[in-house]
Amino acid sequence: MEIVVLLKQVPDTETLIQIADDKTSIETQDVKWIINPYDEFAVEEALRIKESQGEGKVTILTVGPERAVEAIRTALAMGADEGVLIDDPTVERSGALGTARVIAAALKEIPCDLIISGMRAVDDDGYQVPAAVAEFLGIPHVSMVIKQEIRDGKITCEQTIEGGTMVIEADLPALFTTQRGLNEPRYASLPGIMKAKKKPLAKKTLADLGVDADEVGQDGAKCKIINLSFPPERSPGKIIEGETPEAKAAELARLLNEEAKVI
Amino acid sequence: MAQGVLVFAEYMDGAFRKIAFEAVSEGRRLADAINGPLIGVVLGAGVEGTAAELGKYGADKILVGDDPALADYTTEAYTNVLFDIVKENAPRILLLGASTRGKDLSARLSARLDTGLAMDCIALSVDGETLIATRPIFGGKVIAEVAIEGMPQMAAIRPNVMEIVETAKAGVVESVPVNPGVTRSRLLENKVATASRVDLTEAESIVSGGRGMGGPDFSLLEELAEALVGGTVGASRSAVDEGWRPHSDQVGQTGKVVSPNLYIACGISGAIQHLAGMGSSKYIVAINKDPEAPIFKKADYGIVEDLFKVVPAITAEVKKLKG
Ligand SMILES: Cc1cc2nc3c(=O)[nH]c(=O)nc-3n(C[C@H](O)[C@H](O)[C@H](O)COP(=O)(O)OP(=O)(O)OC[C@H]3O[C@@H](n4cnc5c(N)ncnc54)[C@H](O)[C@@H]3O)c2cc1C
Ligand SMILES: Nc1ncnc2c1ncn2[C@@H]1O[C@H](COP(=O)(O)O)[C@@H](O)[C@H]1O
Repeated sequence: MEIVVLLKQVPDTETLIQIADDKTSIETQDVKWIINPYDEFAVEEALRIKESQGEGKVTILTVGPERAVEAIRTALAMGADEGVLIDDPTVERSGALGTARVIAAALKEIPCDLIISGMRAVDDDGYQVPAAVAEFLGIPHVSMVIKQEIRDGKITCEQTIEGGTMVIEADLPALFTTQRGLNEPRYASLPGIMKAKKKPLAKKTLADLGVDADEVGQDGAKCKIINLSFPPERSPGKIIEGETPEAKAAELARLLNEEAKVI
Repeated sequence: MAQGVLVFAEYMDGAFRKIAFEAVSEGRRLADAINGPLIGVVLGAGVEGTAAELGKYGADKILVGDDPALADYTTEAYTNVLFDIVKENAPRILLLGASTRGKDLSARLSARLDTGLAMDCIALSVDGETLIATRPIFGGKVIAEVAIEGMPQMAAIRPNVMEIVETAKAGVVESVPVNPGVTRSRLLENKVATASRVDLTEAESIVSGGRGMGGPDFSLLEELAEALVGGTVGASRSAVDEGWRPHSDQVGQTGKVVSPNLYIACGISGAIQHLAGMGSSKYIVAINKDPEAPIFKKADYGIVEDLFKVVPAITAEVKKLKG
């Protein structure tokens, strides 16, 4: 089975984010970059499907700048077979729909039965690219999957929703997005890292894909960031003093009731 | 000419979700700001009777798409039907709730409509012809203001943030023909417990436990959550990784993002990834035996104490207050 994993490189969740002078982007030079945690689940699941079927190919597809090669190499070291990086200055600020268009165009050249992506990227917290990719390709998608099974040209997915789960079946080709609980991603082994260096990693531009830059660049972005700011600092709270746990508890209950008015 | 606001009101198991009322209330505010009508949309099977309820929150008109094929939410059928309704009514603004389904549906629909969508918004306003959305990014470390373009301008609002406001209006209910279309995916089984506890994203109060719980017994927290009416229990990733709690309980950057009125963190150190999920709670209480725990810097009220001693005492006090 041919599987494509959509993988985005994002700032480490520990990274201190700095807003750039233009107030519409972030400073990137001191950022430590990682694979979007949900996309790691996607890589792992793709590898498990390939291993259980005993054949197939896992391709990593990323839209991003040159530095994203590192994230793709990590996925190749985990065991993926090939990587494709779409690096074009135009797409850097193209927003979810533009990114999805570029991914959909790239996928037309990578025949596959299954696309796996994260449910959200932890930088823009967008939750948008995968569903848009599926829409542009005209295939079904299932969001937030914690379990899947492939049989007879169909995939059965268990998806999380408020209060429980739903079991959904989709005809292949299809796309699904990962949710925590799906699997525990493996670490790249040392031999894996060595092998990854020799695996194919293609770099493409929009022109290579035949995509019109106007349609996907910032001018084409339907959702424009006009300002970034930091959330207001929470004022330092009160440490509740008291002789006994009971006294502290009583004082907390009083404050929550009289001051905060939440109980 | 596009005009007014159209709101998709989420309906499940015979009732509207709370997010539906939040979205309709916010839709009313936007409709007033642009001087246009507010249309609510309800999809489902046998929903006709309850649909009028949306009028209470300011919908001028309520469109009902009633069809057995819409009994359960499926992305394709709902996208097909809502797309037709949007095309037919040509609203200027299209609003949904950013619940699990709302996220799924709005993302697919925005691609089909080829229009801008701001996901998980915490505030919306109108500036001339543009819809301006405020949304947290980088796990709440940064707040983005985005201008949404296209027709319609789409936004999905974060649950539990927008105020529900009742008005004296009584909306007109109108049924619309629906065509769920050809679909390549289907629901096999619905494993949602109807009488299940409140979801974390909708809870008024959350009592969360971390590694400091020392094991899978969270009954002390369950009892406090129960005493706080509308409360539920959450967990840090460490507690989930230990296998003490299910993944669906995880709060944080790779878990749920919650905005309750009251968040009580018990035995949680306050790692940046945890704060990303609960930092926008109205009031935060931290209970930790280590006075240096970073969670105290984010808490409105802190108690330095062994949680096993103080949590039961808090439960007793809350019960006393509630009489
Ligand atoms: C990519 C990535 C994503 C992540 N996503 C998330 C996420 O979504 N959510 C999340 O929570 N974490 C997440 N983490 C993990 C996060 O970094 C922390 O490791 C985790 O939040 C710590 O959990 P904790 O506070 O329960 O445990 P600890 O940090 O071990 O803290 C336990 C606390 O309990 C206190 N304690 C112990 N016993 C008692 C007692 N009897 N009474 C009172 N206090 C006591 C201790 O003083 C300590 O402060 C993520 C990490 C990474 C790298
Ligand atoms: N630039 C990108 N390149 C490859 N995949 C992406 C990109 N942006 C988003 N994705 C995929 O879409 C998922 C959701 O991203 P988002 O919609 O941005 O929250 C991610 O987890 C990735 O799988």
